[in-house]
This record gives sequence, structure tokens and C-alpha cells, in this order.
Amino acid sequence: MIRNVLFHLGRYCKLLGQGFSKPEKVSMYYKETLRQMTDIGVGSLVIVALIAAFIGAVTAIQFSYQLQSSFVPRYYIGYIVRDITIIELAPTFTGLVLAGKVGSNMAAELGGMRQKEHIDAMEIMGVNTAAYLVMPKIFAAICVIPLLTCIAAFVSIGGGYVATVPTGLLSSDEYIRGTRTFFMPYNLTMMFVKSVVFAFILTSVSCYKGYYVKGGSIELGEASTQAVVISDILILMSDLVLAILLT
Amino acid sequence: MITVQNIYKSFGEKEVLKNVSSTFYPGKTNLIIGRSGAGKTVFLKMLVGLFEPTDGKILYGDKDFFALDKKELRELRMEVGMLFQGSALFDSLTVEENVRFPLDMFTNMTNGEKLNRVNEILDRVSLNNANSNFPGEISGGMQKRVGIARAIVLNPKYLFCDEPNSGLDPKTSIVIDELIQDITRENNITTVINTHDMNSVMEIGDNITLLYNGKVAWQGKNTDVMDSENELLQDFIFASPFLQKLRKQALNK
Repeated sequence: MIRNVLFHLGRYCKLLGQGFSKPEKVSMYYKETLRQMTDIGVGSLVIVALIAAFIGAVTAIQFSYQLQSSFVPRYYIGYIVRDITIIELAPTFTGLVLAGKVGSNMAAELGGMRQKEHIDAMEIMGVNTAAYLVMPKIFAAICVIPLLTCIAAFVSIGGGYVATVPTGLLSSDEYIRGTRTFFMPYNLTMMFVKSVVFAFILTSVSCYKGYYVKGGSIELGEASTQAVVISDILILMSDLVLAILLT
Repeated sequence: MITVQNIYKSFGEKEVLKNVSSTFYPGKTNLIIGRSGAGKTVFLKMLVGLFEPTDGKILYGDKDFFALDKKELRELRMEVGMLFQGSALFDSLTVEENVRFPLDMFTNMTNGEKLNRVNEILDRVSLNNANSNFPGEISGGMQKRVGIARAIVLNPKYLFCDEPNSGLDPKTSIVIDELIQDITRENNITTVINTHDMNSVMEIGDNITLLYNGKVAWQGKNTDVMDSENELLQDFIFASPFLQKLRKQALNK
């Protein structure tokens, strides 16, 4: 078990090491990075926004229920939704959702390329496949996922408003006052740090699982599933570590 | 010229290639033949550097392939083209983009120059009107021709083909064989073909290496095949009773 973990860890580091090298042609890497940014960013916007809206709505309703008969001012609900969204929910949920959507897609794409000998074909041409196929994905994710997280945070806070104000749990003034109270810009730093780390984890792990696929369609499916599961576990573990380090 | 010197290759306990030596000449179609599991694919993948030998040397000219530094290896790779068994065309790119890929990646040509080169090569493999098609939209034979076009677009000195006729009908196989042989002779390329196809052996086998259980069992030309007394070669080439009968008739004449 330990030997297996060390083997994968070593090979993962080797893949990343090979990836961080001088590109054969910068323009090709630039094009590939833009393509990945579109796939990850535009392709995931709707699902991320949808999930964020519901998470924000449910969070607002739950806290409004919890604080119903307490002495805590009602506008605190807006404040709690804002902070919990920025610090925790937006980066973590976005990371977990994208691990499922983007990560599995990347693992399947690279695994398919491995099985169809596309990666071998590139290697023989002289392309550094670890760099050309993996690095643009990681770079694109690190650029785009923080933006998606930012959008998710806005939508989530908006979701909280929609869930509490029209239903009469809070007045519009109370919710907006709450979202503007005790704002700490450092929380945004935490959100962006988390989203960058999660983006790196979910893309690098997924690319690793896809890049080294062996066998047929069953193994490809397994690699895709493992990419999601391992990414999710690592995201949650790193979330804990970051929570300790950053607070 | 590629010289293979006493190559061994093992995967764990299993020894796949045992003391294989051979020479592949420029301007000739060099064939590696043998039954399934004989070690042909491992041998070919080793020739192109996808596997490293357990022992032995592979010399491209006078350069030891596995002793090259990164820069030398990259330069050598620019001189190598390969046609894969399944063509290995990038599904999301059109025929034109597939053939242009090595030009985009490794040259500083202008878009116009690249387009001219792509059209020239597609014309050479008789695929003039397929530029905008995707690999999934063309036949297996056409895919092989696109694969050849992509392999030769950078004017390689070495061309490797892994079972270029697999999955093709006999007529198309002949077209592909002739195309490979013509390109080899026109450009004085060292071409190495891994094949099961007996028609290829007899038609374009300028230099044939038969592998059996990871060892070289026979080497020679297509013109030597009929007269050879090598049992392993005869068992392999004339595997069916029908072909054995034909051989006997030919020899009796």
C-alpha cells in the first residue's frame, strides 16, 4: 500500500517535472491554453452558477431557521451567508464540482489519447507531451477557476437573497445590510488561495490518471472515476490544511 | 541507415527480445515480420524510442539513440515519421490540421507556406479534396494516407510503419504499400515496416527480418523467400495449405 502510494507520488512528481520545461513553440501552447480556458470556464459556468445559487439559498434558509428565536440580529444572516460563501462554500463546492466535471473529462481525454496512440505519435514527433498536454490544462485551470469561484460567490450570495427576501424570512434591507457588515478583504485572499490550490489539484491529478492509463475502456472508466475521487479527497484535505494555515 | 546491435528487452521476468541484430537501409522498405507475440511491436517501439532496451544498441547513422542528450534526441526526432496501426490521427482536428500539426509545432513557416506544404503532401498521397474532413468522416484507407502524409510532412530521414495494411481490403493495401515504397525511394528514406501482410512481404520486401520468439529467425529479400529452406519462414509465409500448394507448384515449374 505505502509502496504503491510512493510509486504514484513519484511518477506524479516526474510528470509535473517533465511538464515544466521550455515549450517547443509558444504559440501552440498559447492556443491550447486558450482552448482549455474556454472549455473549463465557459463550459462550466452554468453548472457552477446553478449549484452556487442553490447552496447560497439553502445556507440562508438554514441559518434563518437556526437564528429564528435567538438574540442575534436578523441581518447577521446576510453576513454569515457572505462569509461562509467566500471563505468556504464557493471555493470548495466549485472545486468539488469541477473535479467531477472537468477532472473526469481531462482524465478521459488524455486516457483516450493514450489508448489511441495519439500521445505516442506526438512523442515520436518530438513533442514533450507532458508539457503540451498537461501544462496548458493546469495553467488554464489556475487562471479560470478562481474567476468561476468569484462568480459562484456572487451567485451564492444572490441565491441567499432570493431564498430569504421574497419568502419574508428577512427584509431586503436586512439582507443587504448583513452582506455589507464586517467585511474583511483578507477573506477574499483566502478564497482565491483555496481556488488556485484546488484548481492545481483537480487538473494535475486528473491529467496524471489519464496520462498513464493502460488497458481498455474499463481501465479508462476506472481512471476517470479515480481522478474524481482522489481529487475530491485531496481538495478536502488541502481545505483543512489551508483553513489551519490561513486563519 | 539504422543498425541494431544485440538488443535484449525484458518486461519483468519475461524476455521479449533476445539478442536481436539487424540493419535497415536507406531507400529500401525494410520489413519486420513474424507471428503475433513474436516481439515485432516491441521491436518497432524500441526503434522509435518508446521503449528502452534492456541491453544492446540502436544506431541512427553513427549516433547511439539511447545515449543522445535531450537536444540531440529532439533533433533526431524531427527526422523520424511514424504511421501507426490505427493511424493515430487527432480526432478533433481536420485532415489539413492533422498534417499541419508538425509544421505548426516545429517550424517557423508562414501560414501560406504551411498550407502549400500540406497541399503538396496531400496531393502526393492522392488526397486532394479532403482538407476539411475530420478523421471520422473518411475511410480507413484514407486515414492511413493522412497518417503517411503527417509522417512525411517534415521530410523525415526515417519512416516507421506499424502494420500499415491492417483493416484494409487487398486492393487498398496494395495502394498503401506502393505509396510507402515510392515515397521511400523518391526521398531515400530508411523505412521500417512491421507487417503481417504476405502480399507486402512479396511485393515490397527489400530487406526482411523474421522474428520468432523474440529472436531473428531469418533475414533476406523478397526474392529469396520462395527458395528459402528456412522452415520457420515457410511456416509463416505459406501458413495455409492452399499457399503451400501454390508454392510447390511454383517451385516445380
